[in-house]
Amino acid sequence: MELRKSYFADQRKDDLHEIGQPRPRSDSPGHVTGKTAYFADRNFPGMLHLKMVRSPHHHARIRSIDISEVEKHPGVVKVLTAKDVPHNVYTILILIQIGPEDETVLADGKVRWKGEAVVAILAETERAAQEAAAKVKVDYEVLPAVFDMEEALKPGAPIVNEYHGQNYYLYDSGECRKVRLGDVEAGFAGADHVLEQAYQSSPIEHAPTETTGCIVAPEGNDRFTCYTNTQAMFFTLDNASIILQMPGNKLHFVGGTVGGGFGGKVDVIVEPIAILGAKLTGRPVSFIYSREEEMQISSPRAAEKVVIKDGVMKDGRIVARKVTGYTDAGAYSRHSPYGAQKGAGHYPGPYTIPNVWIDTYCVYTNRTPSSAMRGFGVTIGDFALEVQMDKLARLIGMDPLEFRFINAYRDGDMKAHRQPTEGAALIECMQEASRAANWPVAEKYLSMSSYTKGA
Amino acid sequence: MAIRRGRGVAAINYPTGMNLGGDPTQALVHSTPTGNFMVTLSSVDLGQGMKQIMAQICAETIGVPTDRVVVDTADTDTGPHCMGTFASRGTHRAGNAVIQAAREARQVMLEVAAEELEVNASDLETDGQGNILVKGAPQRSISIFDVALSAHFKRGRSISGRGMFLIPRSYPEKETGAMKPSTCYAHACTVAEVEVDDETGEVTVLTVKNVFEIGRALNPKLVEQQLVGGSWMGISHALYETTEPYYPNRDHGGTDFNQYLMPGPGDLAETEIIVLERPSADGPYGAKGPGEMCANPQIPAVANAVFDAVGVRIDTLPITPERILRALKAQAGAPN
Amino acid sequence: MAKVPVQFTLNGAEKAEFIDSGTTLLNALRDKIGDTSPKGGCHQGTCGACSVILDGELRLSCLTLAETCNGAAITTTSGLSEGGVLHPLQRAFLDAFATQCGFCTPGMIMAAKVLLDHTPNPSRDEVVEALSGNICRCTGYEPIIQAVLTAARSNSQHAA
Repeated sequence: MELRKSYFADQRKDDLHEIGQPRPRSDSPGHVTGKTAYFADRNFPGMLHLKMVRSPHHHARIRSIDISEVEKHPGVVKVLTAKDVPHNVYTILILIQIGPEDETVLADGKVRWKGEAVVAILAETERAAQEAAAKVKVDYEVLPAVFDMEEALKPGAPIVNEYHGQNYYLYDSGECRKVRLGDVEAGFAGADHVLEQAYQSSPIEHAPTETTGCIVAPEGNDRFTCYTNTQAMFFTLDNASIILQMPGNKLHFVGGTVGGGFGGKVDVIVEPIAILGAKLTGRPVSFIYSREEEMQISSPRAAEKVVIKDGVMKDGRIVARKVTGYTDAGAYSRHSPYGAQKGAGHYPGPYTIPNVWIDTYCVYTNRTPSSAMRGFGVTIGDFALEVQMDKLARLIGMDPLEFRFINAYRDGDMKAHRQPTEGAALIECMQEASRAANWPVAEKYLSMSSYTKGA
Repeated sequence: MAIRRGRGVAAINYPTGMNLGGDPTQALVHSTPTGNFMVTLSSVDLGQGMKQIMAQICAETIGVPTDRVVVDTADTDTGPHCMGTFASRGTHRAGNAVIQAAREARQVMLEVAAEELEVNASDLETDGQGNILVKGAPQRSISIFDVALSAHFKRGRSISGRGMFLIPRSYPEKETGAMKPSTCYAHACTVAEVEVDDETGEVTVLTVKNVFEIGRALNPKLVEQQLVGGSWMGISHALYETTEPYYPNRDHGGTDFNQYLMPGPGDLAETEIIVLERPSADGPYGAKGPGEMCANPQIPAVANAVFDAVGVRIDTLPITPERILRALKAQAGAPN
Repeated sequence: MAKVPVQFTLNGAEKAEFIDSGTTLLNALRDKIGDTSPKGGCHQGTCGACSVILDGELRLSCLTLAETCNGAAITTTSGLSEGGVLHPLQRAFLDAFATQCGFCTPGMIMAAKVLLDHTPNPSRDEVVEALSGNICRCTGYEPIIQAVLTAARSNSQHAA
């Protein structure tokens, strides 16, 4: 890695002692000796293992659940169903006033995705829990499912989640988050070329080497310590408090070094049910995702569809950009309404465009609920935007890098969401990339600056 | 049939912190009797080096070497509230909270030192090595070790401080979308060079040259770790990763590392990282969040390079050999 | 369930336990013996985090039954440093900033140690081959490859 200090040298003082120094990491000696304690490196006497019985169907009504054989299975200590969860219908962003509550801790009457948790089994050993899981009898009435976002948005599509009542998240702005600047239709009308293209992704797994999990130990004083690899301690504690209808002061969360997160450990899934198990049995409980669960049950990055329509002039100026983004939330909200909204704030990318129209939708389908991941709400949008930029440059016969210089935002430029640009540095990144990659651009672009429109 | 080369570019920006703000983080700082400093947080270290960076930020602000700072975090019984480690917010939000707490602690420390040296606290400075000096008269000094002992056993002072950082929440205007998503943005430009085998559809990323602007590299080695790993993940996203290979079809999802593909140690692109620093106005020592954005520009850069190589656009991720071959067939006019 | 006895040496020390038949070596080490340096990243032999050295060979402890290890000599990453002095591989991982979350690190170090034990001066390709059964999600692998090459060089200097 090279630090190029010649850029923005006037904005930076180099008078610091500790900042800017390549100090060794204080946690590395623990890592290389195997002594760093991860949550699962604790072992409590009498610890129970929690296994979930999951839905084999994408969408089904639950007619009945029969756990009589399970409770008799050797080693099984407790079997939990929806009626055991004090506040079974929840949503995690309720803490920042983004509702409605739309997800069940354990399925109640219905399953909305293949893999949804239905029954929790607590047993002396993992093996006993697994064997017992096979003895749960659930009578399902399979319902039509919808997997395609466009199908889901059509009238008459099966309703994925009744708590929403329609297959999209209802923002205060309506069926989507909107951003409007200028007159995008007039921009298209006056453009030399108009290009509309659609981009698509599929769900992506965080794949941390350490799977999601927690170990809960009763403290013996009506408090419960939850050793967890959550990325957000109080966010998880407060949501567990709501789900369990337990005062927060009865909960003690202990984290530490987490074996990779990438956004995959911000859902509140394993902790509440494990705490409930510990409370109802009085014993320590371990609930750790298998690799298979991590891959297909834990929330992935959402699949997205992004449609971009641009008006561009022969001289390289983009004069209008319309973006319609669809985020596939799967069956429940989790963080997806937030992610789709974040996309609305990100488009049209780091470019100054006078006429902008953005709609971002959060769509429900019968698949594993998606949630946050590194680059949440932006990563797939950037793929779409930057491939579109390449296409536009080629459409008007311009070098793709020079084309970006022409449109790059600079300090003071008004963004589509009506904030003036501050602290821009896109131009300088491109100038350095031009040099490092030996990708020549005209001198006028090399003399540009993010500070001013002076070029 | 041939191996074809191409290259592509992409440029991006990325917000630091939770979208629309409203995401608090608090920190507490106190000294031990012998002048070591404890930072107490509830932020989580995911491997990015949160604890190390918070120690350096505290050390810089107090004026002691980093090894005199211990970070105690991720315990809700002791650590004050942190919204969490996500949204490229850890360094920015927690760092600002630590600075505020450390400044308050430093002020008490200087007041105690001033009493010991019989000068005004405003006339004192730290040397970064663990000593407090009178400005302009460095021979008049006292060690932070002695200042802490004095505070604890003689003067009855607590060398401690509280820090809180909160960007007020922005609420989007319904019709126009007027809002303030973030207070600062990191930037990047990536040039990727690929080889595409037009017989098998396989893509090899030969080189990626990444330029990242991250505000300030508080610890360049930790920044480098994030950027190198992120660049790898970006390439992985571009070419390999999906839990539903035939989305929206729900079948064929991988359940282990043999089926869920990522580049292994034998599949690495030659990776160049260049860092620019435009300090952010509200970042701790100018830092922005580099953790997420560093994995974004490689995806479109690779996609554009594939087009440059073989002349077909793959607008669906990941860019698999199957998709490339189907596109090449379609381009040649053959039925899919 | 019937218990079976197992006896082996772990990092040079004698260990004897009664375990449930079918217990993996990984679970025996972690839950019974208390050596948590091997990590359970997948329990299906696809991530390498559980790697240990068994009679000089690299083994996935999650796919090895503990009861098959009677009489074996087992080495884990927690046993590499002697008298508080880091093994050259551990030192090299530190110096190369080759750890981030650290979860894959003990397995990586095991794989690297077996390589260097058999091939003291490996080529880059040999290092890549040796690490190819171990998943890392943080580092992009390059710092780990560099750490192993550095450790090999420092070993050969010691030998010279």
